[in-house]
Amino acid sequence: MDKATVGFAPWDAAAAATMIAEMQDLPGACLPILHRLQGEFGYIHDEAVPLIAGALALSLAEVVGVIEFYSDFRRTPPAVHQVQVCLAESCQAVGSAALAERLTEVLGTEIGGRSADGRFDLRPVYCLGNCACSPALMIDGLLYGRVTPDRAPQLLAEVWP
Amino acid sequence: MTLVQEIDYGTPKKTAAESVTLEINGRPVTVPAGTSVMRAAMESGVTVPRLCATDSLEPFGSCRLCLVEIEGRKGTPASCTTPAEAGMKVTTQSPRLANLRRNVMELYISDHPLDCLTCPANGNCELQDMAGAVGLREVRYGYEGANHFHEASDESNPYFTFDPTKCIVCSRCVRACEETQGTFALTVKGRGFASRIAPGDMLFLDSECVSCGSCVQACPTASLTEKTIVEMGQPTDSVVTTCAYCGVGCSFKAEMQGGEVIRMMPYKDGRANHGHSCVKGRFAWGYTTHKDRILSPMVREKITDPWREVLWEEAIAYAAGEFKRIQAAYGADSIGGITSSRCTNEETFLVQKMVRAGFGNNNIDNCARVCHSPTGYGLKTTFGTSAGTQDFDSVEQADVIVVIGANPTDAHPVFAAQMKRRLRAGAGLVVIDPRRIDLVQQPHVQAKHHLALKPGTNVAIINALAHVVVTEGLVDEAFVAARCDVATFERWRSFVREERNSPEAVEALTGVPAAEVRAAARLYATAGNAAIYYGLGVTEHSQGSTMVMGMANLAMATGNLGRPGVGVNPLRGQNNVQGSCDMGSFPHEFSGYRHVADDSVRAMFEEVWGVALGAEPGLRIPNMLDAAVDGTFKGLYIQGEDIVQSDPNMKHVAAGLAAMECVVIQDLFLNETASYAHVFLPGSTFLEKDGTFTNAERRISRVRKAVAPKAGYADWEITQLLSNAMGFEMNYAHPSEIMDEIARLTPTFAGVTYEKLDALGSVQWPCNDKAPEGTPVMHADGFVRGKGQFMITEFVATDERATDRFPLLLTTGRILSQYNVGAQTRRTANLAWFDEDVLEIHPWDAENRGIRDGDLVELASRAGATTLHAQVSARMQPGVVYTTFHFPGTAVNVVTTEFADWATECPEYKVTAVQVRRTTHESEWQAAQEEFREETRRRKREKV
Repeated sequence: MDKATVGFAPWDAAAAATMIAEMQDLPGACLPILHRLQGEFGYIHDEAVPLIAGALALSLAEVVGVIEFYSDFRRTPPAVHQVQVCLAESCQAVGSAALAERLTEVLGTEIGGRSADGRFDLRPVYCLGNCACSPALMIDGLLYGRVTPDRAPQLLAEVWP
Repeated sequence: MTLVQEIDYGTPKKTAAESVTLEINGRPVTVPAGTSVMRAAMESGVTVPRLCATDSLEPFGSCRLCLVEIEGRKGTPASCTTPAEAGMKVTTQSPRLANLRRNVMELYISDHPLDCLTCPANGNCELQDMAGAVGLREVRYGYEGANHFHEASDESNPYFTFDPTKCIVCSRCVRACEETQGTFALTVKGRGFASRIAPGDMLFLDSECVSCGSCVQACPTASLTEKTIVEMGQPTDSVVTTCAYCGVGCSFKAEMQGGEVIRMMPYKDGRANHGHSCVKGRFAWGYTTHKDRILSPMVREKITDPWREVLWEEAIAYAAGEFKRIQAAYGADSIGGITSSRCTNEETFLVQKMVRAGFGNNNIDNCARVCHSPTGYGLKTTFGTSAGTQDFDSVEQADVIVVIGANPTDAHPVFAAQMKRRLRAGAGLVVIDPRRIDLVQQPHVQAKHHLALKPGTNVAIINALAHVVVTEGLVDEAFVAARCDVATFERWRSFVREERNSPEAVEALTGVPAAEVRAAARLYATAGNAAIYYGLGVTEHSQGSTMVMGMANLAMATGNLGRPGVGVNPLRGQNNVQGSCDMGSFPHEFSGYRHVADDSVRAMFEEVWGVALGAEPGLRIPNMLDAAVDGTFKGLYIQGEDIVQSDPNMKHVAAGLAAMECVVIQDLFLNETASYAHVFLPGSTFLEKDGTFTNAERRISRVRKAVAPKAGYADWEITQLLSNAMGFEMNYAHPSEIMDEIARLTPTFAGVTYEKLDALGSVQWPCNDKAPEGTPVMHADGFVRGKGQFMITEFVATDERATDRFPLLLTTGRILSQYNVGAQTRRTANLAWFDEDVLEIHPWDAENRGIRDGDLVELASRAGATTLHAQVSARMQPGVVYTTFHFPGTAVNVVTTEFADWATECPEYKVTAVQVRRTTHESEWQAAQEEFREETRRRKREKV
């Protein structure tokens, strides 16, 4: 993946090992290390698992268990843009299903999939803490409230000119 | 026989001295403080429904089935995670609780296949039982919703299946892997409805799983099930017996169906294993019914003749006739016997009795010659007893654990699991080993110090550690003054104090930085309770006995003896090597380590056995072979040992055997030694006989017959037949009668009877009037020999050293899934993990020689050469290579030399100067041996 477009460095095991070495003495180092690696490379490469396990005296299974517990940790490179649509109770009550459907049409993918052009990941999220302004949508970390189905393509166009 | 059912109390037993009394359903019950409400209820006879709780694991509180009501408290707490308190009034059943439980079960069952009648767990399923217990009658959610019914099973492990469709994600398997085994190979992937049990990203076989079986045992459904149970169904009856693999001596229930064992289940009351197991004992018993087993006696005049199957009478008569002929022609001392550390105490005792009383000489030895004979010598000299000082449970009170020349996670896995539990709880660890063994770093275990010494420098290191203790004022002066021989201590103190023994002075020699040695010594000496555990990396050296005494010195000087949590502990390799030594299978000692030259001891045996006994020690195994090559030793009875594969300098062993006129082998299989045999007597497995094994902590445990001997006789019966044919009468009707004789003749066993073993489960010797229930910790009120004796342990480098021609040092060891010469484990599905011996070599040494991972290489020493595949591994240090000896084709002992411990002739397997080079074909010796093996295994089918 090209850093210029995605904003992440390509996977580099040696660089990852250096980052892990820098952080391995932190109390509860596993999570901060995972955040750092994902921040650097955009995802947690499979090769990072034994590196982390070895440095922290954890098993491979434990590291995998931590990564898999958090839905925001990725194990494959992300698309350029992350779209998260809230499907929790409050948003559902004011029509997030229709919003979600509209997004799947516009992006040409199911919830949990990637747009046909590979530029958008469309993921469900269960509450963004913005219930008063439901339905909520998050695009690349920016939160939008009261998003109607018609407003969604507009918002996407802002990040996808 | 009936099926032994063990009660599951739900949460672990607590041992607090303080107790609390509470009321459960109106009835008072008193339990140790800290006991859970669930366990308190169980102890008062009330079962609280549960799924995620089992008494081998800490409570978890996830299944929400074990809810109770407690007077004065809100809500319905989980009884597993709620500690019992004084005055508590607990109700375990009410309409509210019944309703809650039924609702929980409904949710579980809405995502569980309803195929109970065809499910492998049918008849032994906790989920099914709980559905019954809570009165589940309907599932209002239906079965059409989201579910996990279509997930694929993982069949990769040869012994058990993982069927995720049956999984209720109670995490018992994950917790068993963590708490019981300490491997952490399992995890819960995902969250919420997506939560699934998984061995990381891999299949079970490819994962970190060591196949100990603790997850299978913990699973309350059919999700993790033994393949034998899937195939055959639930067992119908069982006997409690003792594993026949390593010196841990785990208790198992041999579970059967129609007279055949279908599962080995670790027994919770087993005091060596507390319900835990490893892949060998739990699963690798298939050899007992392997097609290679020889079930008929065989005879041949010459080893080049084909074997002739004969009746027992003929085989015994032929063997006895030959032995008598040889003795008549060459003298009484021209024959001898080797006992087996795999056989029972009773069988071993009979073999040495037959040799001493029937053959009329002391030519009796056992495989401890090649493993722990230096332990016997060294500990007897310093402490007065030829055995380890502690019970296994002692490790739970150790503050610092020093592991020297041992690899417990591979060779003694169940004890290693217990040790790792203690390490996770915070005990410090020092590893002294040339290799970076798994204990140095693995999940949740990290050694504080790894002294990666050069092979052959053990004594220099132990002296350096002692030097630090003595010069830095770390001696426990009060202990030494009260408990030890002060004159020998002073001599030793001035010896180790010498500058040439300092860590700095020996650094170049040992390769270990002086600062590391100093830090390790301080840690050991100031820990509080520091315990040494050691293995063959200590004993199998030219200074094996010296090193044992060096460790004993160090433990005495720091006061680390005579109480739980401390000690000097050999991890003995074979299931009954401690026992076979105790039973007098030595050329110089009767049972209980009493010298044959001691007139009073001999008189006692002479009176009971009714014959005169020799006062001169007989021949040790290497001496027998030397004498055979010289032409003075002509006949040998070997019970259950494969000396051609296991003993050093294989060519010499083969030459000795080939020079004999009658070699009688009693074994399960045509092993390598049988190629040189004239008579083959088919032996019985541990499942086929009664007796006792003594483990590394001196624990005597019963071996109980589960099935009839497949070849007709138990091994003790065969020895008895042979002895009778030789003219020395034996008439034991049962092994218990042999044990009675052992007890009568051996002070340390005086109080041992089968009745006592049945009543107590097991006892640790000494067991006599002074300690009627046995002795977990030795030397508690003073050393057995009186005062502890310090010995001078001068470091003398082995004559075996790296040269220009042989610049590398070879050291040998074992791996988890295979066992010693592999006669048993090679005949099981354990081959899935390890199917050939490989040569581990450091990347630098490999690169220098143009060797890549997987290349065929020649391993050569001045003794001989063999070939095997290389495994490039950073576990090794540069200059040192490592291999195992589990496969006969590898013939590693062609390479090992005749050098041996100065005191006991224990071979120096751990140091051989070698060269390694790439090759394209196997060695000449291997090729010739393969041909010879074929030639000498032919069988003629003409049974009379």
